[in-house]
Amino acid sequence: MSRYSFLSLLRNGLNHHRRWPQAWRSPAPKPAYDVVVIGAGGHGLATAYYLAAEHGIANVAVVDKGWLGGGNTGRNTTIVRSNYLYPESAAFYDFALRLYERLSDTLNYNIMLSQRGLITLAHSRHELEAMAAWVNAMQVNGVDAEAIGTDEIRRMAPLLDCSTSARFPVLGGALQRRAGIARHDAVAWAYARAADARGVDIIQNCEVHGLIEEAGRIVGVETARGPIRAGKVVMAVAGHSSVLAAKAGFRLPVTSYALQAMVSEPVKPMLDVVLLSPATGVYVSQSDKGELVFGGGLDLYPSYGQRGNFPTVETVIAGLIEMFPGASRLRWMRQWAGITDVVHDSSPIIDRAPKPGLYINCGWGTGGFKAIPAGGFTTAHLVARDEPHPLASAFTLKRFETGAMIDEAAAAGISH
Amino acid sequence: MLLIDCPWCGPRDEIEFVCGGESHIVRPAPEVDDAAWADYMFMRTNPKGRHAERWGHVHGCGQWFSLVRDTVTHEISAVYRFDQPRPAERD
Ligand SMILES: [Zn+2]
Repeated sequence: MSRYSFLSLLRNGLNHHRRWPQAWRSPAPKPAYDVVVIGAGGHGLATAYYLAAEHGIANVAVVDKGWLGGGNTGRNTTIVRSNYLYPESAAFYDFALRLYERLSDTLNYNIMLSQRGLITLAHSRHELEAMAAWVNAMQVNGVDAEAIGTDEIRRMAPLLDCSTSARFPVLGGALQRRAGIARHDAVAWAYARAADARGVDIIQNCEVHGLIEEAGRIVGVETARGPIRAGKVVMAVAGHSSVLAAKAGFRLPVTSYALQAMVSEPVKPMLDVVLLSPATGVYVSQSDKGELVFGGGLDLYPSYGQRGNFPTVETVIAGLIEMFPGASRLRWMRQWAGITDVVHDSSPIIDRAPKPGLYINCGWGTGGFKAIPAGGFTTAHLVARDEPHPLASAFTLKRFETGAMIDEAAAAGISH
Repeated sequence: MLLIDCPWCGPRDEIEFVCGGESHIVRPAPEVDDAAWADYMFMRTNPKGRHAERWGHVHGCGQWFSLVRDTVTHEISAVYRFDQPRPAERD
């Protein structure tokens, strides 16, 4: 792998950018690998990278039915944060954020991390009280959090309607300064390039049609490009987890919903923090290109259609305009949806599947992007050592039987 | 926007309804083990394709019923009351 640096930029600039090497290979699948990862999204690519980098297992293939990073990794609103309530989640998501903070260096790829801060707004006395408890819990868990008042919010987001006549008056907020946004595609590309450099084969346009089972054990995958044998198989397919599990003969506590996001036309800088409003159900930030990037809650019924339904669009846009009345003048540019894997307690599943030889990374719901480094790191540990990483030991399938849920659904504000 | 044919009210916009998830889940006897109870409580078929699910006409007559909907195209192929069995599939 040729390293990216200021000098390489200068050199390639002088060559009119015609001699940049390709970032990763497009190899034909080998007949067998130590590990096959299904799904070349952030979690699958990160799992492959950490298998190679942390555990010396580089005979790995990542297969995907489409192009890498083309699923939920390329469809989210790029927000990273670790403002969770329970100790298990706080430790896990803050580990992810700490890995994000170093990721551009680790992977020699600029993921454009911008820790501009995220404010969760409180619109009622009850929300203020719950928020105080939440901020305290975060501080006890060692995660940065501050409760701030309306004046400071008005100062940080001058165009936000903080007036008393607002439909949802802003009474205060919880600020995590280390939260922010990162370039979502770059995260997938960075992991892909670094994994490829360590020998991982990334095989795109190679849909998995079935799992190969021998003597009760999963020993490979049937793909559009023929069978591929594997010592171990990892599924990191988010909203399609139930479909793959059905091929292996078991069910998951997962329901797939479309989550929509959208952008406005680009405008001059108007918002340099991330805002999240539980009352309007909207979260919004401004991209480097100037577009307002925003989204809301899940669509209201199970879906595998990556497009979303219109009533939810209407709700989200109405919510944005409650927050920023001036946004009513903006043109709406693009809208899309990703299929999210929602579980009852809004916490992930990083565990061995009921079938030996198969490992599961799913259950991210609406919050998978921010978790990518930790999801990949702990999944790689699980696969390499056949025991859960301490940070992910609570995120088992068994919890649905024992009742040891980590119920972040109520904690994180928006359908998550 | 879905047009849902409520068995009591006729066709109405989806915004009058709420989706209540998978239909035909049978509650096991209380003495079953934890695994069977977890299967009943949390495990879902979640198919990509036709899905029998419960809907409530919450901003209309208030009644609940079942329908069969394709989770990719959202085409509704059958609507039926809770006292009726799932209709035979026809393509
Ligand atoms: Zn009705």
